[in-house]
Amino acid sequence: MSLYENIYTQVQVRPAFPDPGVVIEENKDRAGGVFVQLLGYIGNAQVGPVYLGYLGVLSLLFGFFAFEIIGLNMLASVHWNPIQFVRQLFWLALEPPKAEYGLRIPPLAEGGWWLMAGFCLTTSVLLWWARMYRRAYVLGLGSHNAWAFASAIFLMVSIGFIRPVLMGHWSEAVPFGIFPHLDWTAAFSIRYGNLYYNPFHMLSIAFLYGSALLFAMHGATILAVGRFGGEREVEQIVYRGTAAERAALFWRWTMGFNATMESIHRWAWWFAVLTPLTGGIGILLTGTVVDNWFLWGVHHGIAPAYPHAFPPVVDPSLVPGASQ
Amino acid sequence: MKNIVLFFSAVAFVLLTAAMLLTAGWTAPPIHSTQGGFRGLSMGQLSTPRSERLLKEANKLPEGFEKASATGERATAVYQNVQVLKDLSADQFNRVMLAMAAWVAPPDQGCAYCHNVDKLSDDSLYTKRVARRMLEMTRHINEDWKGHVAATGVTCYTCHRGNPVPANIWFNEPPPRTGGAAATNDGFGHPTKANGSTAMSGNPFAPLDDKTSIIRIVSTNALPQAPGPGSMPSTYQNYALMIAISNSLGVNCTFCHNSRSFMGWSESTPQRVTAYHGIQMVRDLNAKFLDPLKSELPAQRLGPMGDGPKTYCATCHQGASKPLLGVSMAKDWPELGGAASQ
Repeated sequence: MSLYENIYTQVQVRPAFPDPGVVIEENKDRAGGVFVQLLGYIGNAQVGPVYLGYLGVLSLLFGFFAFEIIGLNMLASVHWNPIQFVRQLFWLALEPPKAEYGLRIPPLAEGGWWLMAGFCLTTSVLLWWARMYRRAYVLGLGSHNAWAFASAIFLMVSIGFIRPVLMGHWSEAVPFGIFPHLDWTAAFSIRYGNLYYNPFHMLSIAFLYGSALLFAMHGATILAVGRFGGEREVEQIVYRGTAAERAALFWRWTMGFNATMESIHRWAWWFAVLTPLTGGIGILLTGTVVDNWFLWGVHHGIAPAYPHAFPPVVDPSLVPGASQ
Repeated sequence: MKNIVLFFSAVAFVLLTAAMLLTAGWTAPPIHSTQGGFRGLSMGQLSTPRSERLLKEANKLPEGFEKASATGERATAVYQNVQVLKDLSADQFNRVMLAMAAWVAPPDQGCAYCHNVDKLSDDSLYTKRVARRMLEMTRHINEDWKGHVAATGVTCYTCHRGNPVPANIWFNEPPPRTGGAAATNDGFGHPTKANGSTAMSGNPFAPLDDKTSIIRIVSTNALPQAPGPGSMPSTYQNYALMIAISNSLGVNCTFCHNSRSFMGWSESTPQRVTAYHGIQMVRDLNAKFLDPLKSELPAQRLGPMGDGPKTYCATCHQGASKPLLGVSMAKDWPELGGAASQ
């Protein structure tokens, strides 16, 4: 008999015909799917049926536009040399317009492509959001996934659109590219006096790490009670079998309190949703409301003072007779 | 099927582990950490026995020159066309000439690298005209930039180390040419040794030749005040410059800064004041001495934009936080304006 004692799923359900899922009006003509053994090790072996629809097609189309604009500009930046493209791929960039352009629309070469790629990518993501909302609605589900996704979109749009507009400069926005966007993160923190002193950044980190912790606790709990059928957690919200009772008692024994089979998912959902939501608020406050988070932290007593290891250091440009 | 998957997973695991072990550019232990600030602030400098050995080897001192008397026959009385070293005795003058032949000229050319050996006073070689300006620059550094070089001072050797052109110089980079309407990205997005393999500015040194360039990009006020000090692009430029300084000195950020507030002077180490004067000095040297020499130099000494070679921190420092590991050669060289001359 198969047991949940392995690091991968041992049980593969392989019916004679692909499972159509629920039979509803929307799903009548959409049966289909194939079986992939490899995927069966990490999830359901059945792939499909995929519902694309006009929202999905449009989303992929705009995503493709953005991908092409970014990729071809990167390729042009290495003079269409495929070897250099691969070598420098992680560094290659599509930068936003220079500060001089403010919020105006610059020439293509000076940031116009960045604006266009940003528009296409945002459109693509918003269409994908609408598609998620629609598909959940049609299946009779709640819209939890769509609103969680909206939280991530809020952070993306805060960084790439809302905050630059509030600051009056596209140049404040993040460039496209692997290291370029990471360099932006580091430079952004330095320019605005260390983001670690931004309380919304603190909240975002707490929710991010908290999400990982909750995910690990929940995953471990369900696997641990798998031998009692604990993976049927949805049923156990209503009917608490021995698995749910044991899992709950385990946490009451170890930390005095347990989330329920239902509430653990609310915990996880809120932690995940609050990560980009608080992060986005922190971004929107930076440069608009607070210009130097360290000095703000000193002012509000959250940045401790340390004893000086050296004689006091003063700004040499303030010393009388200083050069330049 | 399952065995095949396991087999390929194992092969991938072994290959990735081997790649990580063999290509990651490890630093061999023991790693020595020197505390730089108050405990717990992580303001340390790291070194290994190997890095210290390499630094020592790279900063060996050249053979010394016997001291010359400042009294006696004057250089101007013995030689014609003496324009800079007019205050020296003939012995001192000869001592400087011998040192320059040893420290700067290619060994196979010696005096002839700068001089017309048939007529030493002849100014026809560009190298001689440049060398004269460089002597003035050396004296200028030793006399007017004590805020940076202190009593340690500099000599020709600090930068040249036996090379006619110092090893660490920079030129203006050509503006990014991508052609057509493709994004120029203002030169961003390409890793170089100078910008620390980041995607930031391809020419990190630009602020060292442009006094209008803003280096202080962080606000000194908690709340915004118009106009703000620095844009994001100027922050990338500053960041790349700071990386270049860090690489030049073989130190990390916390040699000068407390990383919790890069801008705060009261959080910083005294070395940051020295570095401040260093930036001002390099800007001064580039503007006063090196940029104008462009017209003297032959085409092969110029950069891709037709500008002359310029200086930055590594020109002297060459990977050491104190050039030549803090040994003052200049104290033996009153001829070059070192501490002994004053």
